Amino acid sequence: MTVRSSGTHPINIEQDVVLARQLARKLATECGMRLIDLTKMVTAVSELARNTMVYGGGGDMDWQIIDEGARTGLRLLFRDEGPGIPDIKLAMTDGWTSGSGLGLGLTGAKRLVDDFELDTAPGQGTRITITRWT
Amino acid sequence: MERIPILQMGPFLLVTIQVDMHDQLALTLQDDLSERISKTSARGVLIDISALDMVDSFIGRMIDTISSLSKIMDAQTVLVGMQPAVAITLVELGLTLPGVSTALNVDRGMKLLQQRVLEQ
Repeated sequence: MTVRSSGTHPINIEQDVVLARQLARKLATECGMRLIDLTKMVTAVSELARNTMVYGGGGDMDWQIIDEGARTGLRLLFRDEGPGIPDIKLAMTDGWTSGSGLGLGLTGAKRLVDDFELDTAPGQGTRITITRWT
Repeated sequence: MERIPILQMGPFLLVTIQVDMHDQLALTLQDDLSERISKTSARGVLIDISALDMVDSFIGRMIDTISSLSKIMDAQTVLVGMQPAVAITLVELGLTLPGVSTALNVDRGMKLLQQRVLEQ
């Protein structure tokens, strides 16, 4: 696996969520992703970037375009230093929300990508890595 | 402040969303629409999202809320122009918008609204 390019995008205010979506769209296009896969990836980014801002109190999105054999992928890491998620099982339940949302952010985002990794603990912040392959 | 324009066409209100909305903009649209329905006694609202290349759970919820809101205020809402990739993604996300009427394009949406208002 080789990293073709990488970078970091801050997520602190609402406008950053919009910019994160636009960056993900540009990167997914660079990867040669089909429109439907690209749309799923951008939607997942929107959900996770909003979580980073609202629940994590702001953070960053690290991005990587990776090549592995014949396939290319876009890997994104959303990280914050917020309160973390105390009950992962509950957070990964459709329709459950600790805030005022629909409770589809985490579970929905997971369904929209190929790989989804959640690393969190109370008081330790949250790190979510997602990957979508071409 | 940035706003999404709401046009009046006879008894109907027309909204075309053409920008990548941040959350506050979506909430402002929701408030503006309910105010305009009440002020103009509109019978229907047509929301055109053909320019949107993504609808996430937040925007989905806004659409759902507008639809419920207008129903309570005696107006019908029709959502038109959803791109196929957006529709597929929404369903996979888990958002099927059961309470929202949809039509393929503005033309069909307008006809649907007119029919419904005539029926009443």
